[in-house]
Amino acid sequence: MALSTAQELRTPFNWPEGGVTRIPYRLYADEEIYALEQQRIFRGPVWNFLGLEIHIPEPGDYRTTTVGEIPVIVVRDENGDIHAMVNRCAHKGALVCLAEKGNAKRLTCIYHSWTYDLQGRLKAVAFRNGVNGAGGMPEDFDPTGLGLERLHVEVFCGMIFGTFAAEMPTVADYLGKTMADFITRNLGRPLTLLGSHSQVIHNNWKLYAENVRDSYHATLLHTFYTTFKVNRLDMDGGITVADDKWHHISYAKRATFRESAEYEKSGVHAVQYKSNLAGPQLIQAWDEFDDGITHSIQTMFPNLAIQFTLNSLAVRFFAPRGVDQTELFWFYLGYESDDEEQTNMRLMQANLTGAAGLVSLEDGCINEFVQRGTRGQADRTGFIEMGGRDIESTDSSRATEAAIRGFWAGYRRIMGFD
Amino acid sequence: MATESASGAVRARIEEFLLDYVHRIDDGDLQGWPDFFTENGTYKIVTRENFEAGLPLGILFCEGRGMMADRILALETANIFEPHTYCHLQSRPSLIVDPGGRYKARTNFSVIRTMQDGTSQIFATGKYLDVIVLEDGRPLLAERLVVLESRRVDILLVYPL
Repeated sequence: MALSTAQELRTPFNWPEGGVTRIPYRLYADEEIYALEQQRIFRGPVWNFLGLEIHIPEPGDYRTTTVGEIPVIVVRDENGDIHAMVNRCAHKGALVCLAEKGNAKRLTCIYHSWTYDLQGRLKAVAFRNGVNGAGGMPEDFDPTGLGLERLHVEVFCGMIFGTFAAEMPTVADYLGKTMADFITRNLGRPLTLLGSHSQVIHNNWKLYAENVRDSYHATLLHTFYTTFKVNRLDMDGGITVADDKWHHISYAKRATFRESAEYEKSGVHAVQYKSNLAGPQLIQAWDEFDDGITHSIQTMFPNLAIQFTLNSLAVRFFAPRGVDQTELFWFYLGYESDDEEQTNMRLMQANLTGAAGLVSLEDGCINEFVQRGTRGQADRTGFIEMGGRDIESTDSSRATEAAIRGFWAGYRRIMGFD
Repeated sequence: MATESASGAVRARIEEFLLDYVHRIDDGDLQGWPDFFTENGTYKIVTRENFEAGLPLGILFCEGRGMMADRILALETANIFEPHTYCHLQSRPSLIVDPGGRYKARTNFSVIRTMQDGTSQIFATGKYLDVIVLEDGRPLLAERLVVLESRRVDILLVYPL
């Protein structure tokens, strides 16, 4: 089947003049484009985050998730290998796994008891030969073609990825060396799960994809960052964009903080909060790495981010739940080698992010404000020129929207919106 | 039976205290929130899923009145969010006394959140698992563990539950 082009949408779509420095608001609200994203992006040539290896440590452990809107089962088989299949019975299309997680020897659809092994192969069909010699499947019934639809799976640094694409580079090659090395820095050791929760945000998933790439807003909107000197643009830091532009790393080095007059002069909201913490243990931290980076956020197209804020390590996965709703999952992690004191510091610093994060809670509503602010204005565009119009890495400033432009460059490429 | 000693006057005082806690939050009097706790009291919001799996993460975790005061100061002066109010509905607590003379209470609750556009919806439902001590006869929370039924928070969580 040939892919439809942007012109085959019922309302043809043309990217406006100005390329990725202009973001058409239609992209946040159009049902038809949202449906096309399911095909082109989530069923297309990307690696989708499916969960963590530590979610399913034992043979038979499974967990359900979504790729775009498609329900998916991730399971560890008897040999310890991980598989991913669409959570849709080959018979009538019912969900096979109802529970979000569990352990099973076989996967059985409750509707008509069709049973699959942990690799998704159909092993048994109830009443296949009929009952009392009558009914049953036709003579030539062949279960081999009726397995669960499989995704290709690869595990990288404890994260499980899946793709529907027939041919994909490895996850490391998809990321590129710089991106892959930084994930290895952060996750390339035995991990432990400290806990998780999710947050429903009332905006298109791409608004959050922009938001996590937006180093310009981070220290303006999120007052807590600035005041307690966790992350400011006047610390050494920078933005690294991947070779293909759609992934990025933003990083800061806390020890290099030099108070810049720009914060005071601008009168921005962030400097107005002048408190000394009454509970300073909140941001008690230790240096985990010798590269000086004390804060980082890294994105991976389409809908994954990894944060390392002081010692708070978390994977954020934002799943589309309709054109104007997104479920943001927070998986907080530690290392197996952590001692009790380190674990306690990570748990304390978890207050900074998440649905109730002192730093991040604004992101729960700010993207919704854009969704609402742009409603009914599909023909208007956003203006994204901070830091220039290009998409280049910089080690001198994070007052840039380069990574957002990079997201849109990748989005245009994969959607065929040139 | 251990529950005997929690009945009568002490139970009445604790029930009054637990009601006062939610009414103060519902009325927007957040400055006084830390004073419902002992100096080193802890407050933690967890999901039922994490709680039952033995995972330690809190969605929100305060250790001591200082951290609680920081939370309130942050939400009143730094954090950005759309105006909204809470209305707590809570059950009568079950109450037992442990050998150390501390009271362990469980209260089921629901919180209906109303946004500025008038939308009211159930924002949170779950149980308070409390450890209450009497200081000069006055009940105080040494521990409040808020166990949410849902692992999913709508928009954001900024006011304490």
